[in-house]
Parts: sequence; structure tokens; C-alpha cells
Amino acid sequence: MTVIQKKSDNPIAHLTAEDIELLGKQLDAIRQSVLDTRGADDARYIRTVIDVHRKLELGSRAVLLASGFPPAWILGTIGLSVAKILENMEIGHNILHGQWDWMRDPKIHSTTWEWDMASPAEQWKHSHNQLHHTYTNVIGKDNDLGYGIMRVDEDQKWVPAYLAQPLWSFINACFFEYGIAAYDLELGKVIAKGETKDPEFRRRAKAVLGKIGRQVRKDYVIHPLLSGPNFVPTLAANFVANVVRNLWSNSVILCGHFPEGVETFEKRSIDGETKGEWYVRQMLGSANISGSKAMHLMTGNLSHQIEHHLFPDLPSNRYAEIAPQVKALFDEYGLNYHAAPLPKQVYSAWHKIFRLSLPNGWLDNTTPKNLPSQLGKLWRMSTGPKARRRLLLQAEAA
Amino acid sequence: MTVTQPSPSSTRPRLAGLRDRVFRLAELATTPLLPSDYLDLVDPLRSGAALRGRIEAVHRETRDAATVVIRPGRDWRPHVPGQYVRIGIDVDGVRQWRAYSITSVLGRADGCFTVTVKAIPDGKVSNHLVHRTEPGTIVQLDQATGEFVLPQQTPDKALFVTAGSGITPVMGILRNLADDVATDVVLIHSAPTADDVIFGAELRELAAAGRIRLVEQHTDTDGMLDAASIAALVPDLAERSTWACGPLPMLEALEQYWDDAGVADQLYTERFRPAIVAGDGEGGTVTFTATGTTLEADGSTPILDAAEDAGVLMPSGCRMGICFGCVLPLREGAVRDLRTGEVTTAAPGDGVLVQTCVSAAAGACAIDH
Repeated sequence: MTVIQKKSDNPIAHLTAEDIELLGKQLDAIRQSVLDTRGADDARYIRTVIDVHRKLELGSRAVLLASGFPPAWILGTIGLSVAKILENMEIGHNILHGQWDWMRDPKIHSTTWEWDMASPAEQWKHSHNQLHHTYTNVIGKDNDLGYGIMRVDEDQKWVPAYLAQPLWSFINACFFEYGIAAYDLELGKVIAKGETKDPEFRRRAKAVLGKIGRQVRKDYVIHPLLSGPNFVPTLAANFVANVVRNLWSNSVILCGHFPEGVETFEKRSIDGETKGEWYVRQMLGSANISGSKAMHLMTGNLSHQIEHHLFPDLPSNRYAEIAPQVKALFDEYGLNYHAAPLPKQVYSAWHKIFRLSLPNGWLDNTTPKNLPSQLGKLWRMSTGPKARRRLLLQAEAA
Repeated sequence: MTVTQPSPSSTRPRLAGLRDRVFRLAELATTPLLPSDYLDLVDPLRSGAALRGRIEAVHRETRDAATVVIRPGRDWRPHVPGQYVRIGIDVDGVRQWRAYSITSVLGRADGCFTVTVKAIPDGKVSNHLVHRTEPGTIVQLDQATGEFVLPQQTPDKALFVTAGSGITPVMGILRNLADDVATDVVLIHSAPTADDVIFGAELRELAAAGRIRLVEQHTDTDGMLDAASIAALVPDLAERSTWACGPLPMLEALEQYWDDAGVADQLYTERFRPAIVAGDGEGGTVTFTATGTTLEADGSTPILDAAEDAGVLMPSGCRMGICFGCVLPLREGAVRDLRTGEVTTAAPGDGVLVQTCVSAAAGACAIDH
């Protein structure tokens, strides 16, 4: 993959400026149709999901009081994992997007909601809603592209450190909530620039540490203590539930923007971008997960990532209803509506992580037969004089 | 509008203090949620919860009015007859707050109170309450409040002038007048027809029993009463304390008349809606400094309404410029008071407090919220 502007077969070359503006208007109309019919059924939906989550969490934690008994451990861990996934995905993520602000219920509002997650809602809303959703898939602007630690595009220069990218990505997936917290803090950038003494950064770092402290105390001290003799099994169950939730949410998010075929964009290309062009970027920069209603619920309807990116503040329960209309517009304008089942999208995303951890072209040029010589080449690309390394990299990519 | 509860006995604050401590401990296990988020699942009306009520029944009064029976949460404090209560109810999924006069007798055996609602044309909430509300619905409540009440020492002679649903606070007062208080009560009530008189049967019974003198004005056939005709109907008007509740023009006419008669201090009025005079200012961009929300508001829409429509959670109260529950600092820019047309401006950095429920944008403005 490479930024759309540098592609020989630019997938939007056939669209005129008028096409794009018309497309924008048609999408506006779809959005309006949902706004016009938002009502009591939608309110009932989110309240039901919240109700189910709270009861499931309470029930699972109650079962885990007896976590020394293996069936209770298994049941409680599954229940708590599902509860945490629901809480982060369908409830937290979407409420923090302001999808339910229209209900004017102060208990279910983007400005009052806090979620079961290391990153405080306030900071996540900034990095996610304002940066990622505005600059979706713009290299250098959208930090979600690799979270500042990964090589996710051929245009990013390869260095040997990227060889560890698959391992690093997997660790990030397991402890995703902490990765997100660090990323919301822009920890890497702040450290690199030596700005750790900045009072604003300190204030935000303190908020994150406080939040992590409360989260850790709850899952790894209070609930294990409440379990009495079952302290260790409950602690293990909570740890597993957090890791399951982290792996799941990481997978869903990888599926949204990382699968092969999802487009990225140049920084310059969004100067003076119109609403229609913004829509097109969202359309081509996102990918859907096809699947059942349960899949949509458990992904927080990020299985409708395309619809979500077009209309981030529409209630998530309505994405399924507008998806066929959105798909029809893709077809009408000759654009690729990127949708595939979860395993396929996850595989595609991880394949890309592996491919880009290696020099451009290396994986494609490698067969079982030439593996030893390719490995030797990789060794020489990673070591030795700079000039030779550059020549080798260029030859491999050619 | 919510004030701290005065303690009826010394054990309750101690219990409440203990409960707070237990809740703070429990929060260690429920964070980021609160213990009350879980307790609300089972008992939304419990003591210590945000004040709520459950609608137990809806009784039809006239073709467009109904009495709603509400069981309040356990922290509800008894009202003073004549007061109103603010009710927050979800209509089409959107929480709407309105104020309604309490019409029930104090100390009902079932612990409930009632409000009586008249459906007004295009009234989102009133139509919902009268025609579509199901028993079992949970509503949000504020404590009862309002100054439209009898003094501690019940006057010997009282006059009530009401029109339409303006009868509701007066009914709340009349129903609670003790049988042994020999107040001489005159009630002048206007409604389109005899059938439209809310509590018509009950009022006529009171009149038949000699408890009140009732003058019904059926405006469809008899036209409207002006202040002078009321004075003609009640010759001893100057000796009476008067409570009036109804449409704004009626109240203004009465205020004028009582003022001219030099007895303005004997007239108490209750407004249901703000008196909006300034209608077509130019409006502008409203920025909320804390949330970062910006919105375009026209010059005739209260900032409160415009902000709520844009999904901003706003403090609100009576929505008619009385209670000051909606006041926010105007950091910069100009707003127009919709009742007087008066423009309030703030230079950058100022924090002029403005009532968002009766103020519209008069150009760009920034509000701290």
C-alpha cells in the first residue's frame, strides 16, 4: 500500500469535483434521515445495553467470588470479558463520540461518561474524536496509523528496528488499554522532545496515573480481596478478562483501518479539503467487518467502520440500517466498499504488520526455496555500511 | 433549585453520613461507575438517589387535560400548596423538563402527589403526559418550589383569578384549605366551555357546599373578562388578597388594574411561560468555552434551547426567567433578554451572569460552560 496520491491506479481518478460534491450531498441526506427518526426506540436500545452490561458485570463478579472452583472461574471470566468488551465498545466508545448526547440524559452523555479503561475519557476524546476522526489515515497526522510505533506504510522508511514490529504489536495488543493511554498522552513524542516537565503534560500524566491506579486497585486488589481465599484465582480472572478485552478491541480496530487495500493519504492532500472530499477519504480509509448481529454488538458496531467514520455521531444501532444505502453509493461512484469477515480482516491486518516489518519487497521476493539467501540479504540490509544497505533496500523494492 | 435538606431529626444526617462513607468504600470496587449506578437498577426511588418519581396513574380530567399521579423518591419533601414541581421526562427519547403545579392534598395515604396537565397545541411534553404516558414511567424530579402560596396566616378574604390550566395551583391551595379555616374565598375562573373547566365538578361541589363563591366565565360564549368586570363582580376587592394564574395578557391587565387601584401589594401572580417581547434579533455564533461546542443560534431562540438542541448538557430551571437555575457567565459578546429586549454585553474576560433560558444570542458570544 502507498498513499493514494502516489498510486498508478488512483481509485478516485475517475471522480470529478462535481461527483464528489454530489456524493457528499447524498451522504448528508442519509445522515439527515437518521437524525429525523432518532427517538424512543434508540434511547431504549442504549439503556438496555447499559442495563445488560451492568447486570452481566455484577453477576460475573459475584460468580468470581467462588473463583477457586474451576467452573466458576471459567464462567466468571467469560462473563467479565464479555461485559468489559460491551462496556468499552458499544457503550463507552459510542457515548464518548456524543452519539447519545441528543437524549439530554446527564448520565449518558459524552461530557460526563467515564469508562473502564486506562485512558481517561477526556484525553481519549481529544486524540480519538478530534485527531483520528478528523485526519483519518493521513500519514503524519493520524497517529492511529501505527500509534507512532509501527511501520504501516511503504512510504515510511524501513529501519532494522521494525523487524521487532510483530512482537511489539502483539504486546501492544495484549496491553492495548495502556498503549492507548500512552498514545493519548503522546508519551513518545513528549519524551523525544524532552517536554516531560511541561505543566500541561504533567497534569494529564497525573490524570492518567490516577485513573490507572483506580483501575488496577479495583481489578487486582479490591475484587481479589473480596474473594477471600480465592484472591489469586480472582486476580487471574480479572487479568485474563482485561487481556481478552484488549486483544478483542485491538483486533477490531486493526480491522477498521489496517487491512490491505485500505487507502492512506498525503498530508498535503487535505489542505482545503471539502466536505465531499473528507467523506471520500473516510470511505476509502475504513474497512468493515461482515458478520452477525452479535458481531456488530461486540465490536461496538465498529464492524460498520465505514458508516461510523462517515457519521461518527449517529447512534451506533442505526449503522446497520444505513449500511446498504452507503454501499449503494460506493457502487454508484465506482468505489471499493471494503468488507470481509473478522478472521480475514485480522489476518490481512497482521499480514501487513509482518510485511512492513520487513524491507519493501522482501516478503514478496521470498519463497521457501530462496529463504536462506533472502535471510542472508536481510542480515546485510540490517548491518554493515549505510551505502550498501541503501543499495540493497532499493534493489529489493524494485 | 435543589437545596440541602434540613434534617428532621439528628439520626438522619448521621445515617446519611454513614451511607456516604460506605458508598465511597464501595466505589473502590465499582469505579469508574458509582455504587448508585448499580443500585439504580433495582431501586431508582431509594433515599440518597437522584430525586425521581414513578408515574402510577393518569386520570383524564377534560378532553385535553389529565391528572398524573406520581410516587416520588424517598427524599421528596412535602410541598406547600400552590407550589410547582419540575419534572424531567423522556419524550421521543429526549429528556424534557417542565414545571407543573401540584394539585393533590398534602399527606396522601399512598405517599403520592399529583400534577394536572393541560395539553397545549404543539406542546411536546404536555401532549405526551396527557395522551401517551404509561404508568410505570420513571421521571426526574426537583423538590417542589414556588412563591404562589398562601401566607402562614391564612387571610380572612381571598380572591383567585384563574384561566385554563391556571386553576391548577389554586386547586392545590383549595384542596388543602383546612375545613376549620373560615376564609371567604371567591374564585373567578375562565375556560372556553363548561366542559373545559378542569376540576369543574369538584369546584361546583365546593360552591354548592358554600365553601367558595365560584364565578365561571365560559369564553366561547361569553367572551373574556377584563379587569374592570372582575372588579365589578367583586366589590370588596380592595379587602382581598388576590392570587392570579393564567395567560400573560390577563396577568398584565390585572397587575395594571391593581396598581392603579393602589393595592398592587395584594396581588400575587404565577406565570407559566416567559413574556417574550424581543422576537427577531439577529442571533449569532454561541461558543461554550469549556466543552468547545459552537453553534449558530437565531435571535429569537433562548440559548438554553439552542444549546440543548445541539446536545450540550445545560443547567436549567423554570425556563421562564424566574429561578436562576440556568445562569451561566457570559465571557464575551452580546445576548438579548427576550423578555425586555435589553442587550447585555461582556468584554473579553468578563463573566456577566446571564439567564440562558430567556437570553438569545445578539451577535457572537462565548459562554463559560
